[in-house]
Amino acid sequence: MAVVTVAPGQPAAPSVPPAPPLRRDPAHGVVGGVCAGLGRRLGIDPIILRVLFVVAAAAGGSGIAVYLLAWVAIPAEGEDSTPVTRLAGRRDTWLVAGGIVMLALSVLLLLRQWGIWFSDAFVWPVLLVAAGAALIWRQAGTRSEVPPAPPVPAQPRAAAAPADPAAPAAEEPLLARTGEVLGRLRTEAVGRSWLGIALVVVGGIAFLYLNGALVAARDVVLAVLVVLVALTVILAPWWLRLVRGLSAERAERIRSQERAELAAHLHDSVLQTLALVQRRADDPREVAALARRQERELRAWLNRGGPVTSTPKTLAVALEQAAAEVEETHGVQVDVVAVGDAPLDPRGEALVAATREAVVNAAKFAGGGPVSVFAEADDGHLQVFVRDRGPGFDPAAVPPDRRGVRESIVGRMERHGGRAEVHTAPGAGTEVELTMERA
Amino acid sequence: MSLPSVVIVDDHALFRAGVKAELDGLVDVLGDAPGVEEAVPLILRVRPDVVLLDVQMPGGGGAEVIRAVTRTNPGQRFLALSVSDAAEDVIAIIRAGARGYVTKTISGAELADAVRRVASGDAVFSPRLAGFVLDAFAGAAAAVPAEIDPELDLLTTREKEVLRHIARGYLYKEIAARLHISTKTVEAHVSAVLRKLQLSNRHELSRWAAERRLVE
Repeated sequence: MAVVTVAPGQPAAPSVPPAPPLRRDPAHGVVGGVCAGLGRRLGIDPIILRVLFVVAAAAGGSGIAVYLLAWVAIPAEGEDSTPVTRLAGRRDTWLVAGGIVMLALSVLLLLRQWGIWFSDAFVWPVLLVAAGAALIWRQAGTRSEVPPAPPVPAQPRAAAAPADPAAPAAEEPLLARTGEVLGRLRTEAVGRSWLGIALVVVGGIAFLYLNGALVAARDVVLAVLVVLVALTVILAPWWLRLVRGLSAERAERIRSQERAELAAHLHDSVLQTLALVQRRADDPREVAALARRQERELRAWLNRGGPVTSTPKTLAVALEQAAAEVEETHGVQVDVVAVGDAPLDPRGEALVAATREAVVNAAKFAGGGPVSVFAEADDGHLQVFVRDRGPGFDPAAVPPDRRGVRESIVGRMERHGGRAEVHTAPGAGTEVELTMERA
Repeated sequence: MSLPSVVIVDDHALFRAGVKAELDGLVDVLGDAPGVEEAVPLILRVRPDVVLLDVQMPGGGGAEVIRAVTRTNPGQRFLALSVSDAAEDVIAIIRAGARGYVTKTISGAELADAVRRVASGDAVFSPRLAGFVLDAFAGAAAAVPAEIDPELDLLTTREKEVLRHIARGYLYKEIAARLHISTKTVEAHVSAVLRKLQLSNRHELSRWAAERRLVE
């Protein structure tokens, strides 16, 4: 073999790369350069390979077929593609492949007819194995040849990013497309590898079978199969029971988890409240407020299937929450009845705030009686009535420094395009009517 | 006027005892029953003016009691008394035939008043029930299918007005004063609404209840 003297400073041995890609080498070859290329790739003297091919050809023609296959399948030195890959780039790849197979078959049959043949039981399996091996090897080759995503585009992108915000956006689809193509290549490659493996295995088994090597094995395989079937029959019910038992156990676990959750909630809420009720038994107002609060909380929990969210999304929920808060701080029963509902926009929030103020007033001045809140939302407007059965008052007699109603209720409603009216008279209770057009 | 007679049906013994004590002297409690099976023969035997009926009970609940009793005695009057204020429970018991619905937090005097009202053939709507009915009949004007009887499936303006006042917490006589009509007329409106609620085959009613179930 040629020994290259390397001048100092020169890159080491460019003519003998560590693992050169498989290429035909027509320049040094005899026929198509297949043996020369293979030899260089495998590090064997091409002569040995040539002798092997000739022997295989003499032994039944398979050598010729394999050589021809290799000729078209392996690209020549300096070329990046073979006729095959060029053909394979087309859409009708399988048509081409079928054509090649037919061609190879006809050549083989011709050889068989001429008597340049070894034996059916040898040539056909060997061909199958060879085709499979070719597929696997080619796949192994292309996989290492597919370059990892080049780092080149990443660099300008990073550099250009602050100056040109459009650049990443423009590159994104390209990268995505590259990834997509790579992914498809990979799945195709995997598929071809499996096809190759299947061909090799089928070829091997066919070889063994045709040469009678499986006769002994068949009995063993049969025995193993029978044992397997018997085991399946024996173990299946047990296995099924195991699976069912597992799912039953899982269901049971979920149930017990739910029970634990329920118990935890009842403990945190109802039992705590009951303990408080026992301790405050001498204060009926406090006890009533506690019971009421607990009732409200439990209802919300039962209805919504979970704890109450802290940020209400709709008018009705917000009103319920405001009522619950007033009830808690002032110890007065507040009943909310809502008809229809609306999303909570700024107007709705103002309406809730004004309602809250009216409820607080009712709780303070109505003598502890229940307060009714009725809210109605239709397509046109939102309306809230806050009514108590207290002593009522004479609106004209309200001192001018009492700003609660004027500012927090009337003023707030008017600022948001609504209006507030107070209907009251001494002895007739009080009703605050709040009206707001919907946004 | 003699006191109205009552049978209490509730699966909670503690609650039955509490109601009995509260109604003592206001109505005549003829008996009580803890469930559907015990209640039906008792009611048919003693024939009370009003049956105070819990909505949720094992064995079919209050609706089952109403169905079983009215097969033999269609004139029996029921007042639903429930801790549940879920719309589907309330609407279901009213449609089964109860003449009113009140929550268990109601005071003894108010309950006695409601019993008297039902005994005399009126309907008793709590503010919440009024709200549910308004909700159920809302948006009705939009599209009424041809097979639906508008007599049964739409509320009149006056009926809606009365229901709104009930929902706002007004008593019948206060409503009468505000609307310049007699208390009898208010009662007539409420009874008409009750009849519509019970007889209407309005698809909105069932659909509405189903939606509530989904939303909540």
